[in-house]
Amino acid sequence: MDRVIAWLSATKMSATIQNTVWVIPAIQCVHILAICVVMSSVLLRNLRLVGLIGGGEPADVFTRRYLPWVWSALVVLLLSGSLLIIGEPNRDLQNFAFWTKMSLLLSAIILTLILERPVLHSARFWEPRPRRLIARALALAALGCWVGIVLCGRWIAYLYQG
Amino acid sequence: MTIHNALLALQNSFFATAIREGDSLFPWIESFHVLAVVLVVGTISIIDMRLIGLPAHRKSVRRLMKDVLPLTWGAFAVALITGFLLFSSEALKYWALREFQAKMLLLVAAGVNMLFFHIVTFRNAHLWDELVETPPAAKLAGISSIFLWIGVVICGRVLGFVLAQQGFG
Repeated sequence: MDRVIAWLSATKMSATIQNTVWVIPAIQCVHILAICVVMSSVLLRNLRLVGLIGGGEPADVFTRRYLPWVWSALVVLLLSGSLLIIGEPNRDLQNFAFWTKMSLLLSAIILTLILERPVLHSARFWEPRPRRLIARALALAALGCWVGIVLCGRWIAYLYQG
Repeated sequence: MTIHNALLALQNSFFATAIREGDSLFPWIESFHVLAVVLVVGTISIIDMRLIGLPAHRKSVRRLMKDVLPLTWGAFAVALITGFLLFSSEALKYWALREFQAKMLLLVAAGVNMLFFHIVTFRNAHLWDELVETPPAAKLAGISSIFLWIGVVICGRVLGFVLAQQGFG
């Protein structure tokens, strides 16, 4: 990991990101705005699966409406996040909060795929009773992961011993 | 009591002192502040985009608001309380910062925009409630709301960045 950090820090791109004062906060703004999109889309879709909102409206409508937003905002997040890592590699790559965030992100993506796939093939897949309970549990777990991701994101700044 | 004295009293209060001097109180409150702001901006933009003319999960604007607005207001309450606590820890410093002043102005503008929408534009909502093609006044309310909230987020991030550069927060 030290070698990765040393190599990334030596790249021209890293120097550019670090030496222009406004670049990092600007990328962070884009990153946070993309998180707004992901969080609200995931919140609405998952609360529908839990059964708290949107009664009368089939669950697959939520999935079809909001998940494309999640996936495209995730691309923006991965790109802006990568730029932040290139800019300050040792802020992230040796940071407990960063790796916790990445593990939670992986879990959230897997949970989202598990919940999304079957619905695209048969709209009412999660509606029969035993499955509905599984979907509810997975949806809550996924929401927990996303909340953790946001909290860890802020904590990266505090666990970084620059 | 002048504003200066009030701010001084606020930042000398027991909770402001605890937040300022504690090791992890500020980061925890700030993390939940970010989470709450993210949810406020994200959920509001779902309604804004419906007002602009993009479909959401409900056809009816009023029923969409019934689904989404309780989440927005809940998150807004958390953002307000956590924001006040963060502000209290360095009240004088925040008060004097241009970024903080800009954020508060944008927040007020977003509130006025919302009030105007509810009192004026929304009065004849029954006429266009189910239409994806919304009237120009509704589109304008949606677009202004999105831009004002993006401004709030940018000011908030720059505010944190400027303070961190100075060794605070």
